[in-house]
Amino acid sequence: MTENKKTIKTKMEETEDGSVLFNVPFPTELTEETLASLKKMGPILVKDPYAITYLHSYGQDSPWFAGLSNKVLLGSRDPETGYTYATPRGHAMHTGQETDWIVLPQEGKIHTFTVCHFGSETFLPETPYILVQVEFEGADTLLLGRLIGLDPNEASLDWIGMKVQAKFRRLSKFKPTDVYFVPTEG
Amino acid sequence: MRAVYAVSGGVSKFAKARPDKTFPALVKEAYDYMLADVGLEHPQFYELVDGSVVSYFSDHFARQLMAGIMVQDYLGLLPKPSHRVEGGGATGGICFQEAYKSVASGDMDVALAMGFESMSHVNTWKGNEFIALASDTSFDYPVGGFYSGYYAMMVTRHMKEFGTTVEQLAHVSVKNHMNAYYNPYSQKRRKLTIQDVRDAPMVAWPLTRLDICVMSDGAAVVLLASEDGLAKLEKAAGRRLPHVKVAAIGRGTDAMRMADRPHQSYDDFYRYNALPNEMDADSKAYYKALWEKGFRYPGVHSFRAGRMASKQAYQRAGITRPAQEIDFVELHDAYTSSEIQTYEDMGLCRYGEGGPFAASGKAFLPNVDYGLDLPEPSQVPVNPSGGLIACGHPVGATGLMQAVFAIWQLQHRIKDHFGNDTLQVPHAKRGAIHSHAGTGTYVTVSILEREA
Repeated sequence: MTENKKTIKTKMEETEDGSVLFNVPFPTELTEETLASLKKMGPILVKDPYAITYLHSYGQDSPWFAGLSNKVLLGSRDPETGYTYATPRGHAMHTGQETDWIVLPQEGKIHTFTVCHFGSETFLPETPYILVQVEFEGADTLLLGRLIGLDPNEASLDWIGMKVQAKFRRLSKFKPTDVYFVPTEG
Repeated sequence: MRAVYAVSGGVSKFAKARPDKTFPALVKEAYDYMLADVGLEHPQFYELVDGSVVSYFSDHFARQLMAGIMVQDYLGLLPKPSHRVEGGGATGGICFQEAYKSVASGDMDVALAMGFESMSHVNTWKGNEFIALASDTSFDYPVGGFYSGYYAMMVTRHMKEFGTTVEQLAHVSVKNHMNAYYNPYSQKRRKLTIQDVRDAPMVAWPLTRLDICVMSDGAAVVLLASEDGLAKLEKAAGRRLPHVKVAAIGRGTDAMRMADRPHQSYDDFYRYNALPNEMDADSKAYYKALWEKGFRYPGVHSFRAGRMASKQAYQRAGITRPAQEIDFVELHDAYTSSEIQTYEDMGLCRYGEGGPFAASGKAFLPNVDYGLDLPEPSQVPVNPSGGLIACGHPVGATGLMQAVFAIWQLQHRIKDHFGNDTLQVPHAKRGAIHSHAGTGTYVTVSILEREA
């Protein structure tokens, strides 16, 4: 596999601070000719910030987050078939039954992974970071999580199948990243 | 259901940013192109058109609710019926199918499907954030929401299970960029080598920047009509374009969260998901061996929604051997890896064979020199236009762009629109278009056929 080459940047970074502008060029005299020339005018772009605070409810999934803050990894089980979800869901996909909460093991295996060298704006400062889908004994579906403790620059298909251990943030943020995974020692 | 004709279409130039125009004016560009192609002026067309469906993906990118009606309004189509549809990356494909249904059902004789996206109003990384909001915001997005990361996880598993290689992925990038070289509407017209693709900056291992489509501003418009509607259009225009029929549509869905996708048994795969061309003893033995090795369906490596959309569309169109019976495919190659996964979903090859299929030459055009050593001749060119990877992906327009390119292919008029016929699939009679959302959550497949 070809690794990333180190290259010297030849492009200045674009930023959005810009300048405050209170006037733009415009014909001083409005004639048929200058009015027609307005069709050739370039576009005006204005900076328009937009910020929102949501009160996002985890609804019926809330106990899963409460579990994380108490170092418990919960899953959901279909009472009828025993089909088990490693990512919780309130009602089962196949029977439509309300699921029951169960405790998942804290050790699993990497089902698949990636290393994000870029990301959404929110996560850009955290790159490179490793995402994993974890499989658990007794669960039929997977759980998405962060993995730390492996070198992101040494990504390898051999990571698939590796045993991983759940760890929990001591200071909960009530985000799914309150649980994360590290390779099982030994 | 009534017969539906895909009469004509238009696309705006796709570009990283189109600050020169607002989104309704961008759609107008595609609409005017379509009108000129049909040979009608707006006032004449207004008398004939019954309504529209308008698509755009993201309210966040648009930062304008009810943007659909603003298109209808700007184009001068008031007070005729219209509505907006949305379905992630498949928004354009869904728009096409909803307009199809309007005609097939008898509700309209002449219907417009119009789509756009303006993605340049925020920077790339904020744009990635907006796109990642199309993943579960309780469980997926906060972990590091990034669509390239999601797709990278799928292909990593694909590589592990089937031995798919990054060089096979890179074949798709070389092909689609090279095709786009001859398509003046495309955003990235580049002659690349496998090494160029691998040397590009790593985005989400193992996908590099050249394995991934780009964000775009753009619009596309498709004109659909019933038999009566087509006759009325032709009478008014005093001319006739080669007839292209929408032979069938199909659609499928799967779990929003990739983690929730089932891991089904061999029996269930054959009960629910297998295609007619997989019913032979050889295929059954092949799949039996895969299951014995631990393959489960769809898992994270395969798109059940794409399979079910194909299965439904093929059944309705009477297709039993897709690789032999379809002349070209315009599919949703947001990633080189998803093109490979989609070969399998659409039955162009079996599950697990997408990598070798990509490098075989079968999906390449016969008349283009790719600078690659391809062992097999062209069989079913995939993304002859250059696909999303090279044309760009203005989400709400993308599925319609594919329809426009497919119409031009089937009318044998690529030269009229591209200025050269390098990308014309010789004797194209039947094409498939494929639009795909999320991590494979909504997928549409539509079959278009040239009328004899």
